[in-house]
Amino acid sequence: MDHLVMETPERTVMERMEQGTAPPPEAETPAACTFEVKNLSIWYGEKRAIDNVTLGVASNAVTAIIGPSGCGKSTFLRALNRMHELTPRTRMEGTVLLNGDDLYSSTTDPAIVRRRVGMIFQKSNPFPTMTIGENVVIGLRLNGVRNQKFLNERLEKSLRMAALWDEVKDDLHKPGTSLSGGQQQRLCIARALAVEPEVILMDEPCSALDPIATAKIEELIHELKAKYTIVTVTHNMQQAGRISDYTAFMYLGRLIEFGPTTKIFTNPTEKQTEDYITGRFG
Amino acid sequence: MKTKRSGNYTWRKIKSALASAIAFISAVLVIAPLGLVFFHLVVNGASSLNWDFFTKLPAPVGAVGGGMANAIVGSLELLALAGAIGIPIGVLGGVYLAEYGSARINSVLRFLADVLNGVPSITWGVVVYGMVVLRFKGFSTYAGGLALGLIMIPLILRTTEEVILLVPNGYREAALALGVSRWKTIVHIVMKTASKGIITGILLALARVGGETAPLLFTAFGNRFWNHSLSQPIAALPLQIFTYAISPYDDWHRQAWAGALVLVTGVFCVNILVRILTRGHTASVV
Ligand SMILES: Nc1ncnc2c1ncn2[C@@H]1O[C@H](COP(=O)(O)OP(=O)(O)O)[C@@H](O)[C@H]1O
Ligand SMILES: [Mg+2]
Repeated sequence: MDHLVMETPERTVMERMEQGTAPPPEAETPAACTFEVKNLSIWYGEKRAIDNVTLGVASNAVTAIIGPSGCGKSTFLRALNRMHELTPRTRMEGTVLLNGDDLYSSTTDPAIVRRRVGMIFQKSNPFPTMTIGENVVIGLRLNGVRNQKFLNERLEKSLRMAALWDEVKDDLHKPGTSLSGGQQQRLCIARALAVEPEVILMDEPCSALDPIATAKIEELIHELKAKYTIVTVTHNMQQAGRISDYTAFMYLGRLIEFGPTTKIFTNPTEKQTEDYITGRFG
Repeated sequence: MKTKRSGNYTWRKIKSALASAIAFISAVLVIAPLGLVFFHLVVNGASSLNWDFFTKLPAPVGAVGGGMANAIVGSLELLALAGAIGIPIGVLGGVYLAEYGSARINSVLRFLADVLNGVPSITWGVVVYGMVVLRFKGFSTYAGGLALGLIMIPLILRTTEEVILLVPNGYREAALALGVSRWKTIVHIVMKTASKGIITGILLALARVGGETAPLLFTAFGNRFWNHSLSQPIAALPLQIFTYAISPYDDWHRQAWAGALVLVTGVFCVNILVRILTRGHTASVV
């Protein structure tokens, strides 16, 4: 798989269409949905950041959210694991179903939602007081897992899935912050995988990384979708084209267009989508 | 634009030299008192520092020798009591201010803590005298520890709040996004990240109240003998120094100097410890 590392960034939607790895353009809406978002609106105080968004997130696929900065990408993503509630004075309307379960029902504990829906942030944030190994298993530990054998197994498994095991297996006792930027981001991915979520949300996971580290994360995303549903926000249209199966284009809090990435990039229905993708604004 | 280049340059050099000289003199003036105090303490007190000083009770009036063993142990006991009151309340209060509560109530609490930090320490002695000593009809170790503990609360509260606010929000979000509960995130992630800063605040507060005399005058009161009960008066180093310093005996004066030397050395050691703690990589210093 090594050749992929350098090749991934150059792969375009068109190439992938030729190779047949991207879904055919006619599959307008995903068949099996992990998330079903219906009429979602979110306010910060009086300001409406998300305006009546409805979409389905396909299982075992990568959905990219694109749009100019401030259009509500992060807010939408954070609504999928209730992280937006950490901001004071937020309000939401609508429903979000995760594999059929209402994430916002009055009996749902946000902590349980977040265990099922992992999140990777723009700025990698391994805990500075912990070693690489401790960082990976801290989610399990703090959720009450004590069995050391189980923790060790999950540690190795998560680091392998995050394509980091070979690089750190002899340094598990070193501080997590001693790693390079790209490695730290993969450590955060391993940390999220260790609690075995059903979905992984990523908010511009590569925007602070160099091209080689970015390529590794992109390859990782490609591998992870075999097991996980992934929703990623990206500023970078080429990246959306390379890694995603579905693309949602947002503008001013509204979902302008949503569909298979190949269609959005080659034959968008909306004029605004086309203008944004061809770099006419944003 | 014409300027007398060489004249200007000379004038600038003079100004620069002058500024350097003033800065140097100011720096010396800052350090001088510390050096002076320490020099004085060593000259006057070092000769009385011997094994007896740390192991014996004060000698009766007129007799030569004796030590401050009971005062040293008493100070440690009072600090332990003060810590038992001041540390938990101060730390938890600081965590509350930084992590919970509404902005309006918190700004009131913060203002009150700052006012309390500015209250002269003798006030605490009077308050505890009225609340505890009069009610239970006697000076006691409890009363002394309580007075010192009350002084520690706002000190620790404010430093704890400040270092907790320095912990980047990204760490809280990372933990919450793993499905970790709010309080576990605060205890295991936020407080752990800020632990060096919290401990530093605690140590500095202990060093500060360790040298307090006024709040102990009407609470712990002092004791020439070993204290056998927390409900009895107890000796403390600053009290003993105070008593000896205002006495008419030369031998007691020398012992007061020695006591002051021990106290300053103790505070100095705590500060060194704080320096060691706050060294190392910055992320976990806060
Ligand atoms: N914590 C917040 N408080 C108030 N308004 C916010 C907050 N976070 C985001 N917003 C507003 O919500 C809108 C969407 O923001 P965001 O979701 O961060 O956009 P994006 O990720 O696409 O750049 C913006 O107009 C922004 O100003
Ligand atoms: Mg954003």
